[in-house]
Amino acid sequence: MATITMAKAINSGLRIALERDEKVVLMGEDIGKLGGVFRVTDGLQAQFGDMRVIDPPLAESGIMGTAIGMAMRGWRPVVEIQFDGFVYPAFDQIVSQLAKSHKRSAGATRLPIVVRIPYGGGIGAVEHHSESPEAYFAHTAGLRVMSPANPYDAFVMIQQAIACEDPVIFFEPKRRYWDKADFDDTVDVVADPAGVGSPFKARIAREGTDLTLVAYGPMVRTCLEVAEAAAEEGRSLEVVDLRSISPMDVDTLVASATKTGRMVVVHEASVFCGVGAEIAARVTEKCFWTMQAPVLRVGGMHAPYPPARVEHAFLPDLDRVLEAVDQAMDY
Amino acid sequence: MISAPDDLIQLLTPEGQRVSNADFPLDITDDEIRSLYRDLFLVRRWDNEATALQRQGELALWAQCMGQEAAQIGAGRALAPQDMVFPSYREHGVAWTRGVDPVAILGLFRGTTNGGWDPRKHNFGLYTIVIGNQCLHAVGWAMAGMREGTNDAVLTCFGDGGSNQGDVAEAFSFAGIYNAPVVFLCQNNQYAISEPNTRQMRVPVFHKAKGFGFPGFRVDGNDVLAMLAVTRWALENARAGNGPALIEAFTYRIGAHTTSDDPTRYRDPEEVEYWKARDPLLRVKAYLDSVGTPQSFYDSLDAEAEELAQHIRAGARALVDPQPMDIFDHVYAEPHALVEEERAEMAAYIAQFGDLSARHGHGGH
Ligand SMILES: Cc1ncc(C[n+]2csc(CCOP(=O)(O)OP(=O)(O)O)c2C)c(N)n1
Ligand SMILES: [Mg+2]
Repeated sequence: MATITMAKAINSGLRIALERDEKVVLMGEDIGKLGGVFRVTDGLQAQFGDMRVIDPPLAESGIMGTAIGMAMRGWRPVVEIQFDGFVYPAFDQIVSQLAKSHKRSAGATRLPIVVRIPYGGGIGAVEHHSESPEAYFAHTAGLRVMSPANPYDAFVMIQQAIACEDPVIFFEPKRRYWDKADFDDTVDVVADPAGVGSPFKARIAREGTDLTLVAYGPMVRTCLEVAEAAAEEGRSLEVVDLRSISPMDVDTLVASATKTGRMVVVHEASVFCGVGAEIAARVTEKCFWTMQAPVLRVGGMHAPYPPARVEHAFLPDLDRVLEAVDQAMDY
Repeated sequence: MISAPDDLIQLLTPEGQRVSNADFPLDITDDEIRSLYRDLFLVRRWDNEATALQRQGELALWAQCMGQEAAQIGAGRALAPQDMVFPSYREHGVAWTRGVDPVAILGLFRGTTNGGWDPRKHNFGLYTIVIGNQCLHAVGWAMAGMREGTNDAVLTCFGDGGSNQGDVAEAFSFAGIYNAPVVFLCQNNQYAISEPNTRQMRVPVFHKAKGFGFPGFRVDGNDVLAMLAVTRWALENARAGNGPALIEAFTYRIGAHTTSDDPTRYRDPEEVEYWKARDPLLRVKAYLDSVGTPQSFYDSLDAEAEELAQHIRAGARALVDPQPMDIFDHVYAEPHALVEEERAEMAAYIAQFGDLSARHGHGGH
């Protein structure tokens, strides 16, 4: 048992995967000596050498395309994209090839690649370093999309993602990299899955009866803070940590919505055509008669992510979520 | 350890000796060299002020250009007013030569704007962070100019790491095929964050030009005179209808990649010392001293730098924070219903509190 940050948790998960399976390779700009700009791969090149921890040329399409080539030959590349806003040069390879090869080859070609993307805002960064592009990927069949919200889940889910036979886009909430939790970060959860659930199941992060907040990644902590604040005002909010966006654990959402009758979905990404829209539609289809209010969404605006000095207005925070909670309760 | 190769195009040695190059003759007076020194000196001061402002918390980040000033000033001073520039994010020296206010650039690093100036007003495009994107824009701009029958050239900047990006290779292709008047300036500062040239290329960057059918040159990027002469030649060659050229400015990033970076994790301090001794300002100063530049020149330059520093410090602090309502401005050129709806929602939301900072103070972080 140790106190582990999310960055360290992913580092430990990667180390375990590299140790367990010699076909696992890491690829990403500056992940070698520097240990990545967030130090998530710290020490891994020193331990496993530069044939397995590769700091490739600065070219995301190149990285993604060569990762696909390696995977076609039975390797398991784990690609790090340095920041959310730099995944787009790789988007073509991801959407056109990574997502479709299994189908096109009638199952003959598996591409068990993980694409790790530090994402989201709230760190005062310059342009292209604070985006939440998860909906682009979730919209693409053939990709699994997940996002851990806390250090323990990050530790477990990165291992599960690497072991998964499908491509996984793994969104890491960069503003939560330094959140801490106590757990044993030496367990190989693939070899020893006792007590570890499926990464594609949502988690009830807090039980409640009046309304369900749904979030994933960075907004789970925000929603837990909202629930805490609401409790002081006598409201009991349930918080569902989605964990996996695709596939989506609709059953857990429906069960929670059925119990509370009200739901607010929170994400940093722009609301329009976002993950919240899918959740709202699914839950409404299943729970129309039991809902006391429409599913509401809190998220970014239909505008480019703004400069850092005003990002606080773009990002959902306690006040904005509480406002939506009030609205749903008063419906 | 990375050192400078001895086949670089050079017109001023690190010791401050002028040397000639038959291909790139440079007719320049000592007064003009003093003027270049002034540029180098003032940009260095700006860079240092910005680094200090970042340390004081006034900027979120700063990308130093220290060590690369000669490459940037030499290239920038070769431009004609009608030429266009498509920079990446470290081109403070080029920006200086285009008359962009340093404070406007600090806005990007303070987080008050993602733009900061009107590209057409300075013929200097917005800083571009996504590596390589701007090189294609440069070629497109040149293609449009060819259709307008104008007589201008385009300069675009990228790094040694950036030379790997698909967009850059595609820009080379297009420029070569259309014989577009584009000068590609690669500042090879030896590192792409932590990755040295050995991880980024098999051949020197300037060799790549050959494969795309245009000339490439490797210049001592710490020699402002050589940079001026070669860039001037390339721009004139482009304006004359002879197509693109690639200039590799062989230089060194003396500072960190940005203020967030820790270069001690990946490079040898001895190497940094070697390059500090080849500081682009030193050789110009040595030359100017050798031709008897009066102390009064340096004194008035110091005074000018002090004034600039004050402008930068005061200007940075006076940069106005964007307001929540600004998020909705300029998203589209024409009205867009959703943006208008969200604008109204935000206005109503703010009205409840007076302003956002008057809320419970829940930052949500
Ligand atoms: C497409 C893209 N990928 C990754 C990054 C992150 N990044 C910023 S600067 C940089 C290194 C750039 O190196 P180089 O091209 O040599 O330019 P330099 O910073 O040395 O001037 C990287 C990887 C980015 N900005 N854009
Ligand atoms: Mg570089």
